[in-house]
Amino acid sequence: MHLRNPKDFWSGIMFAAIGFAFAIIVKVYEYPMGTASRMGPGYFPFVLGNALGILGIIILLKSLVSDGGGVSKFAWRPIAWILGGVIIFGLTVKLVGLALAIVTLVLIASFGGHEFKLKEQLIAGLILAVGSIGVFVYGLKLPFPIWPSFFG
Amino acid sequence: MEALLSNLALGFSVAFTPEALMYCLIGCLLGTLIGVLPGIGPVATIAMLLPATFALKPEFSLIMLAGIYYGAQYGGSTTAILVNIPGESSSVVTALDGYQMARKGRAGAALGIAALGSFFAGCVATLLLAAAAPPLAQIAFKFGPAEYFSLMTLGLIAAVVLAHGSVIKAVGMILLGLLLGLVGTDVNSGMARFSFSIPELSDGIGFVSVAMGIFGFAEIIKNLEQGEEREVFVNKVGRLLPTWDDVKQAYPAVLRGTALGSLLGILPGGGAVLASFSAYTLEKKIAKDSSQFGKGDIRGVAAPESANNAAAQTSFIPLLTLGIPPNPVMALMVGAMIIQGIQPGPQVMTEKPQLFWGMIVSMWIGNLMLVILNLPLIGIWIKLLTVPYRLLYPAILVFCCIGVYSLSNSPFDVLVTACFGLVGYVFVKLDCEPAPLLLGFILGPMMEENLRRAMLLSRGDATTFVTRPLSATLLGISLLLLLIIMLPAIRKKREEAFVEE
Repeated sequence: MHLRNPKDFWSGIMFAAIGFAFAIIVKVYEYPMGTASRMGPGYFPFVLGNALGILGIIILLKSLVSDGGGVSKFAWRPIAWILGGVIIFGLTVKLVGLALAIVTLVLIASFGGHEFKLKEQLIAGLILAVGSIGVFVYGLKLPFPIWPSFFG
Repeated sequence: MEALLSNLALGFSVAFTPEALMYCLIGCLLGTLIGVLPGIGPVATIAMLLPATFALKPEFSLIMLAGIYYGAQYGGSTTAILVNIPGESSSVVTALDGYQMARKGRAGAALGIAALGSFFAGCVATLLLAAAAPPLAQIAFKFGPAEYFSLMTLGLIAAVVLAHGSVIKAVGMILLGLLLGLVGTDVNSGMARFSFSIPELSDGIGFVSVAMGIFGFAEIIKNLEQGEEREVFVNKVGRLLPTWDDVKQAYPAVLRGTALGSLLGILPGGGAVLASFSAYTLEKKIAKDSSQFGKGDIRGVAAPESANNAAAQTSFIPLLTLGIPPNPVMALMVGAMIIQGIQPGPQVMTEKPQLFWGMIVSMWIGNLMLVILNLPLIGIWIKLLTVPYRLLYPAILVFCCIGVYSLSNSPFDVLVTACFGLVGYVFVKLDCEPAPLLLGFILGPMMEENLRRAMLLSRGDATTFVTRPLSATLLGISLLLLLIIMLPAIRKKREEAFVEE
């Protein structure tokens, strides 16, 4: 099928799916609805979820009768490298310490860019590591380990 | 009048201490820095610094964070004028005429009028804030839960009306934001909702994670996708002070920009971006000879730059008087206040006058600092612009990661933020404006709370929202706004306003 307005079509699907998912979760997990005067924890999310779901369907239907722009291709390369670097930072920083985690993050993230210059990125990583440790650990006293925990 | 003076005196006594001055300066410096640098804005920066402000005194924390927001308005114009890239989204229109002035060798005059216009606007907005806040807070004390619910409805609808792009998608983003805000423990029953037995989620999704994922990470991915092209126009800045002729031509534009910006800043969903767009459009409309617009008309720089600075400051009014954030930056300020154990609302002014007035006076001092930072020191900022993006974005990433991780010293928040980075990128691809989502997210729990209380008080009678006069008025305005935007003629105008070049 040819989509006339892909951006709105997929937006509609997204809103409908998320909205109804919230409403269904309220029902499946049996969050109490309560009454209008004593609303339970399920009341407001159930109403909102259904409202969003219906809105999504309206957007979807409207997209079938209007014209609009297509969804451009996803840039998976930066997505993977940037978010991957971030996730690795989060998972390892306690173990390897801030210094190593920052240099690793900078190196991984630079693969997401257009050009990769190892020496330049390494220097950038080192400067950032020294600077951040100075400001955040010594200056603002955030509780980060600086060096890998297996060193001492 | 006398009360105003004694309040301002109290403010001066707080804001003129060496420590307060230092934090104000740090805020202004940081603000200018991120304003100049494209690809990072005040939302991501404030989100990044939020965990670090925990250790500061509340006054200093808020003085610094406020400085970042209005400082960014100054810095944004520098990049817009010299590089033709808006350093800040509120400087998009400044680039139109500012860059053309730079090409004609009048970069200095453009920078000068932008800074002086901003300073003037900042002073007026500070006075307005000081004068308007106490009476508004008095009204706010009369508000019950029904009024608060209606007020938030009005705020969200205004955010829809003022958002870019499709109205119906903006409504969707608000509902989505409200729902995401409800994740976590329900305050009334103590029941964990939508947390799927993940203990970290029972505290809810962190606002910082949402803001930084969408405005930090997604932004970086988008920029990397588009590729880097930047041409710095630095060969000749020229004399910084505008000539007498420039001033004569620009001052009415500064006045109009300040007035319009102050007004739009107060409106929910408004803020600096909308203010600069509208001010530019207005100037072009009323100019007798508009042929020079887009070719280096000084009015095209003066009006939007005054407007965005005025709006940045007046957007504190609803936050400080009603406790309701009109835009994402103010939503972060709510977070900053809550970290310090302060509930935003009308009581801040009476219970913590030194905080309230100290912050207001610091804005005026900050504006003075910014003129100095931005005019004589312009050379430093220009140098900064030559830093390539491939070195810049890893630095932004590092600061973001440190900020998110220190929220709770666990990997969980970092993972959530990464998820929202991807979500934010999907929003970009689908043309879904994220600002309404953030507003909904912060207002979600407050709305539910007030809805429940209002319904409890009225014993389940929903007509309470229309039988109480204040509440009915607010809902009436919301309805009117919705109707107006549905009118075909206005709809077309609105689209034009946002497509503007």
